[in-house]
Amino acid sequence: MGCFSGVPCFPGLVDLYDSCAQWVCVLLSFGLSDTSDSDLELSSIRHQPEGLEQLQELTKFTKKELQSLYRGFKNECPSGLVDEDTFKLIYAQFFPQGDASMYAHFLFNAFDVDRNGAICFENFVVGLSILLRGTVHEKLNWAFNLYDINKDGYITKEEMLAIMKSIYNMMGRYTYPIVRDDAPIEHVEKFFQKMDRNRDGVVTIEEFLETCQKDENIMSSMQLFENVI
Amino acid sequence: MAAGVAAWLPFARAAAIGWMPVANCPMPLAPTEKNKRQDELIILNVSGRRFQTWRTTLERYPDTLLGSTEKEFFFNEDTKEYFFDRDPEVFRCILNFYRTGKLHYPRYECISAYDEELAFYGILPEIIGDCCYEEYKDRKRENAERLMDDNDSENNQEGSMPSLNLRQTMWRAFENPHTSTLALVFYYVTGFFIAVSVITNVVETVPCGTVPGNKELPCGERYAVAFFCLDTACVMIFTVEYLMRLFAAPSRYRFMRSVMSIIDVVAIMPYYIGLVMTNNEDVSGAFVTLRVFRVFRIFKFSRHSQGLRILGYTLKSCASELGFLLFSLTMAIIIFATVMFYAEKGSSASKFTSIPASFWYTIVTMTTLGYGDMVPKTIAGKIFGSICSLSGVLVIALPVPVIVSNFSRIYHQNQRADKRRAQKKARLARIRVAKTGSSSAYLHSKRNGLLNAALELTGSSDDEQHISKSTSLIESQHHHLLHCLEKTTNHEFIDEQLFEQNCMDNSMQNYPSTRSPSLSSNNGGSTSCCSRRNKTTTHLPNSKVPATRLQSMQELSTIHIQCSEQPSLTTSRSSLNMKSDDGLRPNCKTSHLTTAIISIPTPPALTPEGESRPPPSSPHPTMNISTTCSNVVKVSAL
Repeated sequence: MGCFSGVPCFPGLVDLYDSCAQWVCVLLSFGLSDTSDSDLELSSIRHQPEGLEQLQELTKFTKKELQSLYRGFKNECPSGLVDEDTFKLIYAQFFPQGDASMYAHFLFNAFDVDRNGAICFENFVVGLSILLRGTVHEKLNWAFNLYDINKDGYITKEEMLAIMKSIYNMMGRYTYPIVRDDAPIEHVEKFFQKMDRNRDGVVTIEEFLETCQKDENIMSSMQLFENVI
Repeated sequence: MAAGVAAWLPFARAAAIGWMPVANCPMPLAPTEKNKRQDELIILNVSGRRFQTWRTTLERYPDTLLGSTEKEFFFNEDTKEYFFDRDPEVFRCILNFYRTGKLHYPRYECISAYDEELAFYGILPEIIGDCCYEEYKDRKRENAERLMDDNDSENNQEGSMPSLNLRQTMWRAFENPHTSTLALVFYYVTGFFIAVSVITNVVETVPCGTVPGNKELPCGERYAVAFFCLDTACVMIFTVEYLMRLFAAPSRYRFMRSVMSIIDVVAIMPYYIGLVMTNNEDVSGAFVTLRVFRVFRIFKFSRHSQGLRILGYTLKSCASELGFLLFSLTMAIIIFATVMFYAEKGSSASKFTSIPASFWYTIVTMTTLGYGDMVPKTIAGKIFGSICSLSGVLVIALPVPVIVSNFSRIYHQNQRADKRRAQKKARLARIRVAKTGSSSAYLHSKRNGLLNAALELTGSSDDEQHISKSTSLIESQHHHLLHCLEKTTNHEFIDEQLFEQNCMDNSMQNYPSTRSPSLSSNNGGSTSCCSRRNKTTTHLPNSKVPATRLQSMQELSTIHIQCSEQPSLTTSRSSLNMKSDDGLRPNCKTSHLTTAIISIPTPPALTPEGESRPPPSSPHPTMNISTTCSNVVKVSAL
């Protein structure tokens, strides 16, 4: 910027002008870019599921069932993706007395198989297909996957304790008998006594499947939700 | 349950498979869907305009007209559609409620028409979403005021009031002078005497004429007797009026605290104090000051003038903003007074003797009055003096309109914020009620469910009331889900009251659990499986146990249902129940049935779930129930 007539022109002043202008531009751009970024964020996340035929191959649902499932899914999540917070909110509606957020977190991880932080319709419907139309073996696999928080193939006592605490949290305060602090721990002990055959402190998938298949209660309760859809 | 969330119920139920391997008991059976229909489109014909939607969309809200079987009354066989002879515009909003879960209020709609439509379709207006709720409430309030005004004017014109007693008549006369002629006369007389009193106070001090001695006397001292008589007369009238108002006031304490009555008292006090302390030289100075308070009689005019009242109310409501204005002015005054004082310190014979003395100069200059009794003489003083007067213009003249408009804006905003906060509290309370409603619905249906199951099992329906509310399928599925969770964790949901009671009883009772037989079984720990407590009742043939707060003594048949389920090993009360001697039974579906006490519909949560205390040793269930809460009438019918 050169000196223009009428203004006393000192060299230092020009530099001052320049740097001020630069600062102003930088600040403005920060300010502007903030808003534009946040606008972009909202609109870019949208997901369209694959076609009906592909989903029919992936799952065991009929076309009508898939249609009705998608309508419900899309109604709640117009963008096509469920993030963890929405998921927790939805799940918490079913358990008004307790705190379902921890269990919802584990469930979310169980459904979100590709670990991208959001459940799309494919994940949702594939998970449901296993749970509702799968064989008992597949269901047990799914349950094992749910308990195995770090997906390393072993259920440790800490993992099981976390799951158990989250389940007990869903009961809330007003229960009979009152949930004692060591109730989850005891439950975990019983679980391990039943499942951990070789007493090595972890439950592997084989031990899990073996024990469950021998237990009548578990086998019968696995068939419980056949007619959910 | 919220709308769309019902669509997620299948998912939540499927996810319950995650509990199965963890649970140690068998799960309850799932509710079966009788005549499960494929989702179908239904046509709603509202005054000729056809709307179509899925059946399940409408069934999301089963306690409204469209969601329940009530709509079958409107089914038209010929055209196979549901016909409603109502407003189609409003119906659009209502149908959107089913679709999105949010009810909106269109602004162009008349509030009473909208309310009627909501009432027809069985939808509570409280569900209106946040975006439209305030508009709705405002319109509703205006409407209510309009109705009240109409009613009032009607009543006034009719004149056929229910007979009020003397007190109420007097109070009405005082508050509203136009009700009767006597009240009007009273109103004008008091107004006249207030004016007379004020004028006498003023004229008293005017000098009128001289006496020998060339001294100017004020009229008050010249015609002392006359003024005294006038004053006495006015005070008499005011005293009588005050006493009459006090007598007639519906709430005397509140009346005495009100502003107008304080003004009345302050207006007449000086006279009485003067009567009491006549000719006492010491306090005559103080007495003279008291006469100042007589000027407060002018405030009594505010009863006669609506405008004065509004002004007073406005000032009161803007008090905080005015206070801030005063504070900023004070800051400026102090700054400039200090500056002026130090600037003028040097000059001789300066009037700026101290900082407080400079306050007067600053105020006079900043408000552009400029009396001229104090002027700066030094150059620095003049410079700062001119800065002071310039800034006075800015400080006072500019912000005042801005502040005034800010007042109205901020004031209304505050009102809206307070309203929103109040609504939020109410909204949260409603949500809490709905939550407890859903959980108490579950508890309620649990009991009913037991009863129904029992009835079916035994087949001994005594043609009694069979209090079974037909819950919708979604409700029963939700309850089944909660039931599975109970089974997984071996704990039961109870409601808050019962919980508190249990806590109290636990703390009061020091029962060592000596009777808990330590049945070593494959349940290693002390939590037992299926610790369903035995709810036993006494066999009281045909005896009614009157509850304390009964409203209606209905005869209920309690069907004795005992379930000899697995013995409980918990250290809590349940272990003290009798059936613990029985062996372990893995199957909960035994031949016996549990006792269920059915509470009368109105009060929820009254099962005696906590309270059976077993007598020491008897293997048979001859328990007594401690009647926990009231309102439970149990009549044994077996």
